[in-house]
Amino acid sequence: MPKIPVPKIPDAVVPPPLRKPAKPGAAGTPKGQAPEDLKTAPPERQSHGEKLLDRGKDAPIDALAWVDQRLAASGFLTGMLYRKVPKGTNWFYTLGSATLFAFIVQAVTGVFLAMYYTPSATQAYASIAHINNDVPLGQFVHGMHKWGSSVMVILIFLHMGRTFFFGAYKYPRELNWVIGVVLLILTMTMAFTGYLLPFDQRSFWASIVGININGTGPVVGPYLSDFLRAGPELGATTLSRFYAIHMLLVPGAIIALIGAHMYLVVKLGTTAPPWVKTERPKGARPTAELEAGANGNGRVNGAPVSGEGNGASA
Amino acid sequence: MADDANKVNGAEEAPIQERAKPDPPGYFEGESMTRRRVFTIGAQALGGVAGAAIVLPAVGFAVAPIFHRGKERWEAVGPVSDFVEDTYRQVVFTETEGIGDAGKTTAYVRKSSEELGEKSGKFVAVSNRCAHLGCPVRFVEAAGNFICPCHGGVYDFQGKRIGGPPVRPLDQFQTRVRNNQVELGPRYSVTNQMEPVRARDPGEFTGGIWEYLYPPRPSTFPPP
Repeated sequence: MPKIPVPKIPDAVVPPPLRKPAKPGAAGTPKGQAPEDLKTAPPERQSHGEKLLDRGKDAPIDALAWVDQRLAASGFLTGMLYRKVPKGTNWFYTLGSATLFAFIVQAVTGVFLAMYYTPSATQAYASIAHINNDVPLGQFVHGMHKWGSSVMVILIFLHMGRTFFFGAYKYPRELNWVIGVVLLILTMTMAFTGYLLPFDQRSFWASIVGININGTGPVVGPYLSDFLRAGPELGATTLSRFYAIHMLLVPGAIIALIGAHMYLVVKLGTTAPPWVKTERPKGARPTAELEAGANGNGRVNGAPVSGEGNGASA
Repeated sequence: MADDANKVNGAEEAPIQERAKPDPPGYFEGESMTRRRVFTIGAQALGGVAGAAIVLPAVGFAVAPIFHRGKERWEAVGPVSDFVEDTYRQVVFTETEGIGDAGKTTAYVRKSSEELGEKSGKFVAVSNRCAHLGCPVRFVEAAGNFICPCHGGVYDFQGKRIGGPPVRPLDQFQTRVRNNQVELGPRYSVTNQMEPVRARDPGEFTGGIWEYLYPPRPSTFPPP
């Protein structure tokens, strides 16, 4: 298979600190560099149209610069988008982004489902039937939301497994693991509260069973299930309560925690896979610490080791 | 100020190199709290009061249903002559109002039997809600048992658990006779000795220490 050449990133997109300095005379360097003799080679005159074209080309960059001057975001974005990642970073590292994407799908489809859904015990089932049967593409959007929820739960567990088996939960990333666990619980809450909303036989009985499992917790259990049901039996307010939790309370918390989660990922960097050997500068003698941490294969698990090729983070 | 104090207290300890802070306006000798600190604490306290004034009612609003008991509801399910001692008759009645068919529940009703040690002349209404996780049980005439389709819970003729995962006998409904009609009322749970207690959710034990581990909820009715 022939190797496809990597397309060059246009200079305009790359922020200045990372841009390679242009060689004099290369394409793209500003015109009008004075030649030796102005008489033998007079400066090229730009026609009016060319000038306009040049200004037009600069317009988006000027607009971005205007915004950036006021937001001062380019430094942050440069650090985030062009941050170094360790050697050995592979497809497993995309599971977190995949989970985020699944959440965005849920959020978008959920908003559109809410435009047709009626959270009332007597009308909920009919409104879902209306979405599925009458609304153009309704069944598709409903299906995306329904199956997407399973996809999100599966992805979150795969992401959690990746973090666990790569040892990426260790110092200094413990707090991110904790936030991730809270996000897992919130996602479960979303799946549980969303299940009741179609208000058919399956969701009704599944919610009854789920609430009753909740009630088996000693001392607080009975009160918890009363809180969830808004009363001693599953009733009219249970549905609106679940709806409010499902589309207002928990999504807000999830969005906030995803922000914190991603901030920490960017701040702390990602880990190298455990099978990547630590590279040290030539001639460097292994320190006692490294010796102690080595597990026989010459690799150091989880220990932040700085060295060439190790990237911004270990 | 600080320099003076160091001199007075003796110089055994290394003198702390600290620039003397200018006294804040309004400072007087011997005051324990500066004006600035008073305002800081005061402003934070006011903020806390304002926050609580918003959060507490909202939380109370959300948890209020725990402490609310609805109106007692009785519904006639058939004339007295419909029910016999040796088998059940299935009736459907509304337990929760306002949610249509979803608020209906099924009960198995019979006359009380002296052979089973019950007071005569009463009616027994056994809820079909399994005491395991709340699935609907069915009375199987041939076996004389209640059987749950979900996880294989089995109850005897009186509703006592004889097999499977349920943790207590089937719930019952209060019964009374009005105008020759049998009426069903609020739900209550029973212990393994068939003593009535306040209604518990499925999965919760009754009797003995369990009465404390699964305390009765204010939203349920007192047992008969």
